[in-house]
Amino acid sequence: MQHNSTQDTLVGFFVATGIAVLFFLSLQVSNLSSFTEQKGYTITARFENSGGLRVKSPVSAAGVKIGQVSDISFDPKTYESVVKMRINAQYDSIPDDTTASIFTAGLLGEQYVSLEPGGSSEHLKQNSNIEITQSAIILEKAIGQFLFKSAEEKK
Amino acid sequence: MMNFIQTLGRNTRGSFTKLGRATFFLMQTATGVIEILPRPRLLLKQLYSVGVLSFLIISISGLFVGMVLGLQGFYILSDFGAEETLGVMVAASLVRELGPVVSALLFAGRAGSALTAEIGLMKATEQLSGMEMMAVDPIKRIISPRFLAGIISMPLLAALFSAIGIIGGQIVGSGLLGVDDGAYWSQMQAKIDFQDDIINGVIKSLVFGFVTSWIALFEGYDAIPTSEGVSRATTRTVVNSAFSILGLDFILTALMFGDD
Repeated sequence: MQHNSTQDTLVGFFVATGIAVLFFLSLQVSNLSSFTEQKGYTITARFENSGGLRVKSPVSAAGVKIGQVSDISFDPKTYESVVKMRINAQYDSIPDDTTASIFTAGLLGEQYVSLEPGGSSEHLKQNSNIEITQSAIILEKAIGQFLFKSAEEKK
Repeated sequence: MMNFIQTLGRNTRGSFTKLGRATFFLMQTATGVIEILPRPRLLLKQLYSVGVLSFLIISISGLFVGMVLGLQGFYILSDFGAEETLGVMVAASLVRELGPVVSALLFAGRAGSALTAEIGLMKATEQLSGMEMMAVDPIKRIISPRFLAGIISMPLLAALFSAIGIIGGQIVGSGLLGVDDGAYWSQMQAKIDFQDDIINGVIKSLVFGFVTSWIALFEGYDAIPTSEGVSRATTRTVVNSAFSILGLDFILTALMFGDD
């Protein structure tokens, strides 16, 4: 029986380690800890071009992440990109004349939506629209414009 | 010429027959699994020999694979000035691919071959037919607990492999090569998705555990009961498991990570 009980302990240890490691992978390695279906509200912004923005891209204000992009679709009537963003409920006092711009983290990093608060006393609510938007900077376009300009100057 | 066609036909028919026997065997084993649930002691013993004894080889291999990934990744990423994403690279390749696949290959070599040899030898020494004489179903008593133990152990071993590998990558990356420790973990957390990466990795290793145990047990049960037959069956277990694991990995990867 002595042998059997060490075996039991080792099996228990094995299974416990396995489960602990799965927890480690979920909490420490993956985004599960930051991925919470937090209460919040959804706002919409229309961009001329949303560039490389993806669902789950961060939405930040003053550099702090306050929400994430929940849906991106194309409006076939206005030819605009309709970006829905879910803002965490605690940030409920963002003015409704806020500007939304798409920026890139670093030169080649991922794109995110940056909100720059305006001065209105009305706040953004569920299903509010952001009126003033600034599209993503498409690197190829910018380079193209630069080349075109420098060619013109040489003439 | 006639001879060739005859051999071809016989071999084709032979392999279909074998596949049929294997499927039948799997169904018997699966029904046996339900009956061993009230008798956990049988399962415990097999978890020990399949899982606990593979623990060490999996941990050590995981550590070294992670360290190599850290080293190789660092050299390539530093060309682009992107050393900070080392954590993402190490974690993604371990959790998605290397963890399930390499640990399944090791598992086939370490535990699968032992299972085949054990069962083949039981058959050769007529222990299995002895059980049948005593009205004990050898599939329920011998095969099913080993099968279930294989399926339970595999995801745990694969997770262990990935986790130790990630720590190994961190030891090399931030300990020896000077990648920032905070960036290693935070970039990883930002990019590794729970649903897409962790859960899919676990599903992969479950499938591999299922297939490897099935092949190992069937080859043992189906072995020609001589010493040569058992040795051949053991070889076939390792070869067939490796093929199945790598082939299935391609299919699973295409299904899971196809659309993004």
